[in-house]
Amino acid sequence: MSDALVILLGTIFVNNFVMVQFLGLCPFMGASQKFDSAVGMAAATTFVLTLACAVSYLLEHYLLQPLGLEYLRIITFIVLIAALVQFAEMVIRATQPLLYQVLGLFIPLITTNCAVLGVALLNVRHNHSLFESIIYGFGAALGFSMVLITFAAMRERQTAADIPGPFRGAAINMISAGLLSLAFMGFTGMNG
Amino acid sequence: MKLDTQRIMLNVLLALVPGVSALAYFFGAGIIVNIVVAGVTAVTTEALILRARNRSLNTLRDGSALLTAVLLALALPPLLPLWMLVAGTAFAIIFGKQLYGGLGHNPFNPAMVGYAALIISFPLAMSSWPALGEPIAFWDILITKAMPNSGIDAVSGATALDVLKFRGALTIDETWTADQGFGHMAGVGWEWINAGFLIGGIYLLATRTITAMAPFGMLIALTVCAVLFYDSGSSQSLGSPLFHLFSGATMVGAFFIVTDPVSSPDSAMGLWIFGLGVGMITFLIRAIGAYPDGLAFAVLLMNALVPLIDHLRLRRT
Repeated sequence: MSDALVILLGTIFVNNFVMVQFLGLCPFMGASQKFDSAVGMAAATTFVLTLACAVSYLLEHYLLQPLGLEYLRIITFIVLIAALVQFAEMVIRATQPLLYQVLGLFIPLITTNCAVLGVALLNVRHNHSLFESIIYGFGAALGFSMVLITFAAMRERQTAADIPGPFRGAAINMISAGLLSLAFMGFTGMNG
Repeated sequence: MKLDTQRIMLNVLLALVPGVSALAYFFGAGIIVNIVVAGVTAVTTEALILRARNRSLNTLRDGSALLTAVLLALALPPLLPLWMLVAGTAFAIIFGKQLYGGLGHNPFNPAMVGYAALIISFPLAMSSWPALGEPIAFWDILITKAMPNSGIDAVSGATALDVLKFRGALTIDETWTADQGFGHMAGVGWEWINAGFLIGGIYLLATRTITAMAPFGMLIALTVCAVLFYDSGSSQSLGSPLFHLFSGATMVGAFFIVTDPVSSPDSAMGLWIFGLGVGMITFLIRAIGAYPDGLAFAVLLMNALVPLIDHLRLRRT
């Protein structure tokens, strides 16, 4: 159980997928404009990412490896993630119409969130068991959610700031993201 | 409003005097050189940016750039090469403050932005503190700082936090006797430096320049963490609570860094959370992180959470 905790905390803080490994930057920048859509995006990504890790483990170990089809891993995982995103979209549309309206375009974008594919592939590389894979995916998703929501709150505050003209918009967000990443470097070396 | 800001900043600068005097007493004139150079750099940088934006230079008078420079400079080793000092200060003012629109808008504490950037870029130079009690001539300090490879060897000693972290299998008592760098509570000198900043902090509290929530939150969290992991000094021990309270940047952080009104939450509850978070992360980085002291990273991480803390509080009411 303590192993699970190490993986969980490690993926949330020490190896945060956005701030330390620089994966999933597109939704991090794209969905952090409004606080509420950031929360929705975080929840949807957590759902997809955790599920993707479980199913990709099963596909890898019960389909690809027995048949010697490891070279099809990337394409299989992409298709799997796309299917899961479709599934998530249907769930959200049926249960949370309001959230669906807010998120709209962003849900299909989870497919192209490289963190999702990245985590699934890293699970294979690290030889994680099914349980470890799920924890790894869940931790990655929590780390992504935390950073996304924090960043959205930061951006909302900056709408009132007197930012120099050339730095408004994307430029200052890049700088904020860089400084946040700088702060995360404080966790360096904590791999338990 | 402007006058108020100016008075607060002057008060804070005044409160820094005991701590800075202790630093200068133990580590020599290099500290003063750092403060002067950083101060000039900060004010010049801020003036250039204001000029480029066609803004009035009047905001320079609030003294906030100077305070940022002093807080950054007193955390830097006395023999740090001048160009690193200038680069770090300019980075703090430009990226930490002015690009966000100046005082009042910066999400991160500018001094800590500068410190974190420096320790990540130049870890070796940033952790070379000269040995205590071996005064270096003023000219040698200047030459070493201007030309780092000029061949003057400054005897460097590890700070108490370094010694504790890399002591191998020694118990606390063995480390204490093996290394001359330890005093009554923490590292020789460092305990006095921290005491100096504590005096300044008490002055700020007494004059109501700062509020007590964030500093107390930080000190309480640090103490509690240290108590929990202090097994009365075995080889696994992480140092006594007193050691942590009087080591590294603890006191200057508690009373001068986490009290920055711009980059901390605006509710009492938020300030407690902020302070407790800084204390816990500082201890975590000291205990198992790669860097000797964690204050700068702890402050930056909690700075990032401030808008979220404020947002959630507003939403609830």
